[in-house]
Amino acid sequence: MATADTNPKPTMRLDLKVMGPILALVVLVVIGALMNGNFLSAGNITNVLSRSAFIGIIAVGMTFVITAGGLDLSVGSMAAFIAGLMILVMNGLLPVMGVGWPLVFVGMLTAIVAGTAAGFINGFLITNMRIEAFIVTLGTMGIYRSLVTWLADGGTLSLDFGMRAIIRPIYFDGILGISWPIIVFALVAILGEVVMRRGAFGRHAAAVGSNDQVARYSSVNVNRVRMMTYVGLGVLVGIATIMYVPRLGSASSSTGVLWELEAIAAVIIGGTMLKGGFGRVWGTVIGVLILSLIGNILNLTDGVSPYLNGAVQGVIIILAVILQRDKKAEG
Amino acid sequence: MKLTHSFGAFALAATLALPAFAQDTKVIGVSIPAATHGWAGGMNFHAQQAVDRLEAVYPQLDFVLATASDPAKQVNDIEDMMATRNIDALVVLPFESEPLTSPVKAVADSGAWVTVVDRGLAIEGIEDLYVAGDNSGFGKVSGEYMVSAMPDGGKIVAFRGIPTSIDNERVAGFEAAIEGSGIEIIGMEHGNWNRDDSFVVMEDFLSKHEQIDAVWASDDDMAIGVLAAIEAAGRDDIKFVLGGAGMKEMIARTRDGDVMIPANVTYPPAMIATAIEMTAVGLTSTAPVSGTFVIGSVLITQENAAEFYYPDSPF
Repeated sequence: MATADTNPKPTMRLDLKVMGPILALVVLVVIGALMNGNFLSAGNITNVLSRSAFIGIIAVGMTFVITAGGLDLSVGSMAAFIAGLMILVMNGLLPVMGVGWPLVFVGMLTAIVAGTAAGFINGFLITNMRIEAFIVTLGTMGIYRSLVTWLADGGTLSLDFGMRAIIRPIYFDGILGISWPIIVFALVAILGEVVMRRGAFGRHAAAVGSNDQVARYSSVNVNRVRMMTYVGLGVLVGIATIMYVPRLGSASSSTGVLWELEAIAAVIIGGTMLKGGFGRVWGTVIGVLILSLIGNILNLTDGVSPYLNGAVQGVIIILAVILQRDKKAEG
Repeated sequence: MKLTHSFGAFALAATLALPAFAQDTKVIGVSIPAATHGWAGGMNFHAQQAVDRLEAVYPQLDFVLATASDPAKQVNDIEDMMATRNIDALVVLPFESEPLTSPVKAVADSGAWVTVVDRGLAIEGIEDLYVAGDNSGFGKVSGEYMVSAMPDGGKIVAFRGIPTSIDNERVAGFEAAIEGSGIEIIGMEHGNWNRDDSFVVMEDFLSKHEQIDAVWASDDDMAIGVLAAIEAAGRDDIKFVLGGAGMKEMIARTRDGDVMIPANVTYPPAMIATAIEMTAVGLTSTAPVSGTFVIGSVLITQENAAEFYYPDSPF
């Protein structure tokens, strides 16, 4: 009897483990559609997907970091700092280069280079100096947040008005009615999924996160893999910033606050294990969409007091993870 | 970083000044929240300006300026000032009322002068001087402007700040002022005094409501997010957006006749300077400065906008 009972259970659990996030997303979409007729309008869908892109692009990189057994708390501050830097560089070179696309490309290059460098610093301190990822990125989180406050003199850094008109389409325009942030998010997600599932790097990251000693004996260069996850995340933070700056053309100390926690939450909702060893990029994408849909639905409906928005979000996040509970989590 | 720097600089200044003014040097501690959003950035700027100016004016006064990123840090700052600098007066803009009440009371009990700015303490009567912004007046002036700008009434959406008593007083003042005017608030959400949050909320308001006549953004950072969302949606039903607090970019747009931003309502971050100045006057002269000093919120329109434009301030 006992054996007969336990047999169907693993398949049920496995099923829910895969389906959990999708189920939660579908339920949210149905609730949204029932609550408000405009929920499924092209305009609203574009809004939600575009605003998900920043966290989404970062969360794809975070999936690799967490899969390899790491963590990065600095991404939100890093995004704010890079945004500030990008604006300062473009404003500074404006008299030399004039208003136009070449200057936009310089700005983009700044963001990518700064992101790579920031990711490298995190990775270097974690792998070569052997400091806990939590402590390193907690430190850099504070450093970048202070730096952007200092750069902005406590206020707001604003892009030159003429440049803002040039750069604005990066967030608001696109091809065939699909805005650029959505396109870039989709490309990053597809690329991430392919690397995670098919590439050697994805396997190595999972091996390192699962057991770095075994990975080392299996001739995986553990430090290099760890380093690459942080550098990759830094580059993606740079790309996310390139999408972010055109939206409002400004950066301040309140830019990107709590993005790190949203990105980590999205990764975990998507089924990646917080302690590493297993990662799922498509799950992360679903996780990001779940998080932004909750906010969107709460704004579109009147039923819930705005004071309780955080509580509703918390309940749904926990429910989405309960759905995919796993034996290992209990032990 | 900033804190240790300030402490270091003042400590050094104090040591150097000590031989000459050992007998009559008085120390004023200034404890304020860090520059975490635009308004606080402006407040930090004005605090630093006031300290620099007063140190030059009054050689017998020393200042200790500490900025705190959360209430617990601010409590530590104040305790440190008491223990290590033996302050004669404290100017404090409490991060939150409740947690700061007993540490500030301890300062008052030690015999030091206490000036409280903007946010009141949880227990009345601790402070010698209270320099207050008028939050319910802020809401009232905003509401009255809405009524005068929309004589036939209309549908508006309203943005709230971070859930605090400040925010509640403003909204209550606003709602009282528009009552019976035919202006209907069809949506109200927290934009948290944040551009990005307000952009997202406004996008959703625009999806939800087909007709919005005006927006009470209640803060200039929020107004910037709201304006970007309106522009992106290409909607022309919204006639104007009323921000608040007097950010210099927005004041400039009002001054230059931008129809979307016809007015602003002040809630001056420079009130910290008022408080520091009055405290310095109280310590150095016989002029009485105890009591409550309320800094009223003023309506800014195109006519008087130039008077409220401070080019050097970061806010």
